Amino acid sequence: MRQRIVSLLLLGALVLMLMAGCHGSKGLPAFQIPESFDTQRNYEITFWAKNDTNKTQTMIYEQAIADFQALYPNITVNLRLYTDYSRIYNDVITNISTNTTPNVCITYPDHIATYKTGRNSVVALDALFSDANYGLGGSQLRFDGPTLEQIVPQFLSECVLDGQHYAIPYMRSTEACYINKTYVEKLGYELPEVLTWDFIWEVSEAATAQDEEGTYLINGQKVMIPFIYKSTDNMMIQMLKQRGAGYSTDAGEIALFNDTTEELLYTIASHAKTGAFSTFKISSYPANFLNAGQCIFAIDSTAGATWMGPEAPLIDIPEEELVDFEIAVRTVPQFDTEHPKMISQGPSVCIFNKADPQEVLASWLFAQYLLTNEVQIAYACTEGYVPVTLKAQQSEQYQDYLSRAGEDSDQYYTVKLQATQLLLDNTSNTFVTPVFNGSASLRNAAGQLIENTVKSINRHQTVDAAYIDQLYEDVTSLYHLDQISPSSQSTAQEDLGPLPSTAVLLLAALGIAWSLIIAYAVYSAIKKKHGSH
Amino acid sequence: MKKIIAMLLVLMMAFTLVACSDDASQPDVKSEGVMTYAEYVAAPMDSEVVIETYVQAKQSWWEDKATLYTQDKDGAYFVYEAACSEADYEKLTPGTKIRVTGYKGEWAGEVEVMDPTIEILEGNYIAPAVDATAWLGTEELEKHQNEFVSFKGMTVEPSIDAEGNEVAFLYAWDGSGQPGANSDLYFNVSVNGQTYNFTVESYLCSQDTDVYKAVEALQIGDQIDMEGFLYWYEGPNPHITAVSPAK
Repeated sequence: MRQRIVSLLLLGALVLMLMAGCHGSKGLPAFQIPESFDTQRNYEITFWAKNDTNKTQTMIYEQAIADFQALYPNITVNLRLYTDYSRIYNDVITNISTNTTPNVCITYPDHIATYKTGRNSVVALDALFSDANYGLGGSQLRFDGPTLEQIVPQFLSECVLDGQHYAIPYMRSTEACYINKTYVEKLGYELPEVLTWDFIWEVSEAATAQDEEGTYLINGQKVMIPFIYKSTDNMMIQMLKQRGAGYSTDAGEIALFNDTTEELLYTIASHAKTGAFSTFKISSYPANFLNAGQCIFAIDSTAGATWMGPEAPLIDIPEEELVDFEIAVRTVPQFDTEHPKMISQGPSVCIFNKADPQEVLASWLFAQYLLTNEVQIAYACTEGYVPVTLKAQQSEQYQDYLSRAGEDSDQYYTVKLQATQLLLDNTSNTFVTPVFNGSASLRNAAGQLIENTVKSINRHQTVDAAYIDQLYEDVTSLYHLDQISPSSQSTAQEDLGPLPSTAVLLLAALGIAWSLIIAYAVYSAIKKKHGSH
Repeated sequence: MKKIIAMLLVLMMAFTLVACSDDASQPDVKSEGVMTYAEYVAAPMDSEVVIETYVQAKQSWWEDKATLYTQDKDGAYFVYEAACSEADYEKLTPGTKIRVTGYKGEWAGEVEVMDPTIEILEGNYIAPAVDATAWLGTEELEKHQNEFVSFKGMTVEPSIDAEGNEVAFLYAWDGSGQPGANSDLYFNVSVNGQTYNFTVESYLCSQDTDVYKAVEALQIGDQIDMEGFLYWYEGPNPHITAVSPAK
């Protein structure tokens, strides 16, 4: 009987230990900045980076790493390259559960919101920013990085989640409309300085005219898709923003499925029906159609400018398919030209927490190095990107670069520099969408509404109120939007609060059990000792 | 008695041979409501298609979507992002017969079944590689889009890497990838004085596969035979699955 009681007590103790062990144990302790960086130790950190399938960008990353390692010989940076943000996102999610995340990672704030659901997985950077030794402009840095005030405030604010900075901006871009001006004028229109949606739809409709044999009058070809949008996520988000309609609240309440969205989808459907509009996912890269004279309005990132135009440095179609035309660059179309609004996008950099604070500090040093003029200007010049620091933007080197548009069709490719200037001129007109756990899914859902609508029209299905209702339901289900709500925004990182009373009781029982076990063991030992005499 | 047993064995072997040859040489009998390959080819873009075909290779599975190279005895079908659970994806092996319902679409010249659903059926067929070397540079090639084909006696031609050097292959189309990052491989091969750009698609054949390693080991001037799927991207863009020295 006594043995059974002891066994039960031991079993109970084991269960309690497991339960107690589970409570709040996932993840790492919050990062604390070390007093100094230990340069006597060696560190190996991984950097997961994204490039636009652009060898110059790859070379800039490699050069940045080489230069950084020359400054910090005790830090080795291992580069892993991706060409797709979603793949980075997926790999990070997979690695969070096994504590094998990279040290430094190019990312989007939307994605960080999900990464943060791992306890202390992403390092909050505010304390690092202001650290006198190793912070922005810190006294112990071995490079000339920017101060906090020298990072473009708007871009920096995009990296705030739950009141703290969890990333630093790396590059910024927006979208631009790349236009076959020759065809616009051939159709009898004059290109305005600021495009409106009405103008684009009207010209696009005019361009769909065909002869009896199905040849398009504007280009003499069998193919013409006058208006192609690369990122339909951005298309819907910007249209809603320009119209002042709902998308989501800062708290994460979803407002995408509203009457304005429905109205926009009907408009898009009507132009898909005539063949005036299509998307990248349905038809292929806008640049390829534009350069073949098969598209008039191609909307893509400013970071895709080097693919745009018959003289573009990067071309993805056979040379014999290229058509000569005059290209123009404008902001994305607007509903209100007096108050233009356009998306701010582009990569940011986050740092993942590790058990060794010195390793995290090494990661921060490298991340910060990416903000130096050497890296910022070099990378920005590869595409229609804008440096994220005023220090780089205002530098003599960068100003010289901007002033040399058209000197060649590579480094100074006119279209690329026009796209860059477009963002510099409109930084105050850019916006970002609220970031919360699930905001990446909401973004995908916004684009899916357009993709599905256009596909349905192409497949001769009816797009009406019943269709829209079903579409909203399907997209909600596909992206699990019904599982996103402000009430589900709590993360594992939040304080779990005091232990529940049942747990307190169980822990007390554990203490009593161990006391009884020890008492019994002592009693048995004494009894044995006395018995042996 | 021995004679009877021997005769029975011979008869069984004969039946077995007949059964085997049926699978490979008999024309596909399609279920009711299922298109023949000719009907699929004739179907207009964006129309609904229902086909029965056989998985030849799996490219990827991603968020419950599977991309498959498939072929029946008459032609090939690229099945793009079919709704497919991970468990069902595991059941798809080379030869598995499936019914595919989706929409015929074209993306950058590649004709494919879009937004498909699939159903696994009884049946098995693996397409032999058809020699497509003579079709290179001709209109005939596009008629065999997505088929499993071979290219024989081709010569590795130089590609130009990021530093301007002549190399046998590139990581990513312009050399912007890197070793160990599972980048696609691009390499140039020539025959009859014409050069073509071929690809090892890393989702189909990752960096751990024999073909990936074989291409990484290529030297300019090597004479090689290849097999792969006749994918299309703004023109022929074969996804190579095997490389060996030319016979």
